[in-house]
Amino acid sequence: MDVFSDPRNIDATVSGFLWILKLTGASAVLALVLGVILAAMRVSPIPVLRLFGAAWVNIFRNTPLTLIIFFCYFGLYSTLGLSLSEDLNLNIYWLGVIGLSTYTAAFVCEAVRSGINTVPAGQAEAARAIGLTFAQTLRIIVLPQAGRAVVAPLGSILIALCKNSTIVGTIGLMESSSVMKDLINSYGNAGILIFAVFAGVFALLLIPTGYLFGWLANRLAVRR
Amino acid sequence: MTERSQAGELSGTDRPLIRLDGVNKWFGPLHVLQDVNLSVNRGEVVVVIGPSGSGKSTLCRTINRLEPINSGTITFDGQPLPAEGRALARLRSEVGMVFQSFNLFAHKTILENVTLGPIKVRKEKPESARQRALALLDRVGIASQANKFPAQLSGGQQQRAAIARALAMQPKAMLFDEPTSALDPEMVGEVLEVMTSLAADGMTMVVVTHEMGFARHAANRVIFMADGQLVEDAPPAEFFANPRSERAKDFLSKVLTH
Repeated sequence: MDVFSDPRNIDATVSGFLWILKLTGASAVLALVLGVILAAMRVSPIPVLRLFGAAWVNIFRNTPLTLIIFFCYFGLYSTLGLSLSEDLNLNIYWLGVIGLSTYTAAFVCEAVRSGINTVPAGQAEAARAIGLTFAQTLRIIVLPQAGRAVVAPLGSILIALCKNSTIVGTIGLMESSSVMKDLINSYGNAGILIFAVFAGVFALLLIPTGYLFGWLANRLAVRR
Repeated sequence: MTERSQAGELSGTDRPLIRLDGVNKWFGPLHVLQDVNLSVNRGEVVVVIGPSGSGKSTLCRTINRLEPINSGTITFDGQPLPAEGRALARLRSEVGMVFQSFNLFAHKTILENVTLGPIKVRKEKPESARQRALALLDRVGIASQANKFPAQLSGGQQQRAAIARALAMQPKAMLFDEPTSALDPEMVGEVLEVMTSLAADGMTMVVVTHEMGFARHAANRVIFMADGQLVEDAPPAEFFANPRSERAKDFLSKVLTH
């Protein structure tokens, strides 16, 4: 009956959430880098890059994440033979990171692009007027100001990413929601408690994250 | 065409520094620059005045190609303006520009605003760029504000910082696009003072402004524009005392009578 007095269950739960944190961490870094690059492409004067950025956003933002994660496993791994690690779990982990960051990058891109629109045109004009190139203007003047404008929405995207990472459980990683399902199967009577504990841990992780990003957004805001 | 009141200052000018030949520009159906010809010699201060919508800001912005033109040619220091890319960036680094709305980089301190161009464009060493920037900020009277952010400064201080930022590139010419139009009246003087001292130091300047006083005492030539056309081009004394065109007479009667 006592689900959480069995140390094996505690271990499984902890390791489930560790997978979530690792998935979120790696995917957040990759999605941020990729998303900023995509946003830069979408505002660049080169049509091919703009098209690429737009295609990425429209394809991955509008495909269910479950499909993308399934494709990473059944498409990239099973069919195309892309193996990212000897270790079974690590392989699934990295396939999951690919799927999550591909998907999340589309949202980061759009957030950053909307941030770029908050930067007054005069900022880029002044940058060009002192002789900065397009890339320098974007990197030194526009993106830093755009980034500061979208800290709060990026926080929301990060929170969504953290919760979305449970989907990697569907391709066999024992992350938190898979652990939860197993526990409920073994301890049917304690279903509500198990739900509450898992939901509670997510809340414990994510509510402070939300406040942290709110605080950061305020602190980093560009005063005009 | 180019009578100059202080021709003595312009010694050693073999060719004009800035030259516009038959420049045309449209904004959609609007013909904002109509066959504009203009040449500005080294060390010359040309003030462009005219009613709003006459194309004077657009004219100023075509000179460093912030506005591309539809036909005609613009040459700077003997070279036609490059269309794009690094060559254009290099040209722009040689032409300082001061905007109506200052456009200081909002996320950087005043000092960083001034050193950015020298470091990133000219690849100067940060320390020497910093020294020169501090000297320039001192020159425009805001050395004590060096470590503040633009939003913490008054409009007049921001505009003087923007002038220092442009000067830090050691430009061959400076463009001023209505530099005092966004300022509270009590701050116009401090900005005009800096501009006047620049003019006295022999900087080549193209100044779009509504400050008739500045035009009178600091300009070598006054250009009057209306409806996209360059209507008059004369030394200030002659222009203000004796405008030739009806449009200039009309404009001056409106701005000078009160």
